[in-house]
Amino acid sequence: MVLKDLFKKPQNKLEGETTEIKIPDELCCKCPSCGQMVLLCDLKENLQVCPYCSHHFPLGARERTGVACDEGSFEELFAGLRSKNPLSFPGYEEKLAAAIKKSGEDEAVICGKGRIGGMDAALFAMDGNFMMGSMGIVVGEKITMLFEYAAEKGLPVVSFCVSGGARMQEGIFSLMQMAKTSAAVRKHGEGGGFYISVLTNPTTGGVTASFAMEGDIIISEPGALIGFAGPRVIEQTIRQKLPDGFQRAEFLLEKGFLDDIVDRRKMADYLGRLLFLHKR
Amino acid sequence: MAAYEKVSLARHKDRAGTTDYIGKIFTHFVELHGDRRFCDDKAVTGGIALLFDIPVTVVGIERGKDLSERVKKNFGCAHPEGYRKAIRLFKQAEKFGRPVICFVDTPGAYPGIGAEERGQGQAIAESITEMLSLKVPTVSIITGEGGSGGALALAAADEVWMLENAIYSVISPEGCASILWKDATKAKEAAECLKLTAQDLYSFGVVDRVFSEDKDFDALCEEIKGALLEAVREKAALPKEELLDRRYQKFRRIGREFL
Repeated sequence: MVLKDLFKKPQNKLEGETTEIKIPDELCCKCPSCGQMVLLCDLKENLQVCPYCSHHFPLGARERTGVACDEGSFEELFAGLRSKNPLSFPGYEEKLAAAIKKSGEDEAVICGKGRIGGMDAALFAMDGNFMMGSMGIVVGEKITMLFEYAAEKGLPVVSFCVSGGARMQEGIFSLMQMAKTSAAVRKHGEGGGFYISVLTNPTTGGVTASFAMEGDIIISEPGALIGFAGPRVIEQTIRQKLPDGFQRAEFLLEKGFLDDIVDRRKMADYLGRLLFLHKR
Repeated sequence: MAAYEKVSLARHKDRAGTTDYIGKIFTHFVELHGDRRFCDDKAVTGGIALLFDIPVTVVGIERGKDLSERVKKNFGCAHPEGYRKAIRLFKQAEKFGRPVICFVDTPGAYPGIGAEERGQGQAIAESITEMLSLKVPTVSIITGEGGSGGALALAAADEVWMLENAIYSVISPEGCASILWKDATKAKEAAECLKLTAQDLYSFGVVDRVFSEDKDFDALCEEIKGALLEAVREKAALPKEELLDRRYQKFRRIGREFL
């Protein structure tokens, strides 16, 4: 029980009383965690975090860089690269076109440089609206280029991951992105480069098994699902229901795979502080 | 041959595994166990052996022959400890200047509670990074099924080779079909779409060499043995910086034509 519940007005109503204000559906949404109706404008103001229960709603890549960086400091790099269909996989081009329309982005990641808490950094943010943030050649290439760019400029890298894993439609090429990006992370780190990996809901598959887990510091937003295999695959394999909270950020913190869990509203400060401590 | 026929051949119960190759290609094999952290994952076999007169570290994932061996080896699905055992042996190889030879035959890393609890993703990521940074020559051979990240963890090598009837894929055809078409029985169509045969992968530059299987096992192993000697010698002669740079460029280049 939280403090505010103590002061809740009793729900008793007089018969026939109709003082309830009806809010149009397009102005509010129901929090999937606490079930409260939340005004979209309040949600936006609160960085897409539920004001009642702190459930973290998804954030698009563009909003993410906006939230993370000091106002107006984000400059996009390597924009405009679009995926082709290397295997001529049936239906892939249509899926790409739909994803471009849905997300308003060219691919599932945007890269750039900006200032976080006054500190210069290279950063990338994945977009869950673009084919579930899956990684194909272009996503891998942009991330690789960003680590190479950061290594050359002596910048730290901050990443915001959200991904269903490798992009199946690009077959073996998507698997190879795990090696390519890992090699770039390693090279950046070898030169003393600092890398903070921020995991958000969900981070799974080939992204977990590569750059997401390769940060010098790995943190997560509260409640994020983080794993290699997805929960459904595990349930099908072991034929039992998974325990509550399995593969959630809190579980990973307890098992020793995260440095910390950071609320989105405190994220920019937290990142700024860490970047400051690694100032070169 | 249709792609799915290759899938069936790659998974065939009588197909040779890591232990068979170790027995034929190397001598003086000493098996080493355990990740020094949690346990010994039997899906991964590792140790030291001689390739002609060169000491090498050998690591392989294998399914096992009969049912009891398969159960022990978890049908070739490694837990994080398997990858951590590999990482330990890689580091040891580097310390003593031994080339690393990997054999890969796995449906994929195990998707289970314990595996997730102990960081399957982190273990694979670390194994990939470790392989990419080893200052000794590395060769990986995909002998059967190269299943996704669980295979790549042992295949981020200077040279990646495949047997003619092996496959290597980001997802199993069954998994692909069930996700895309909600129907695992469409695995045959998925296998075609995924382009997972050795011949496809060679044409993409993902694989550097394909060994034909039109000969008996002894002759195949002789051929691999000769090729390994040549590759290991050539790479060992390179300055370390160049060895690492070539490896970086190798993975950097793959798929570039589709940008």
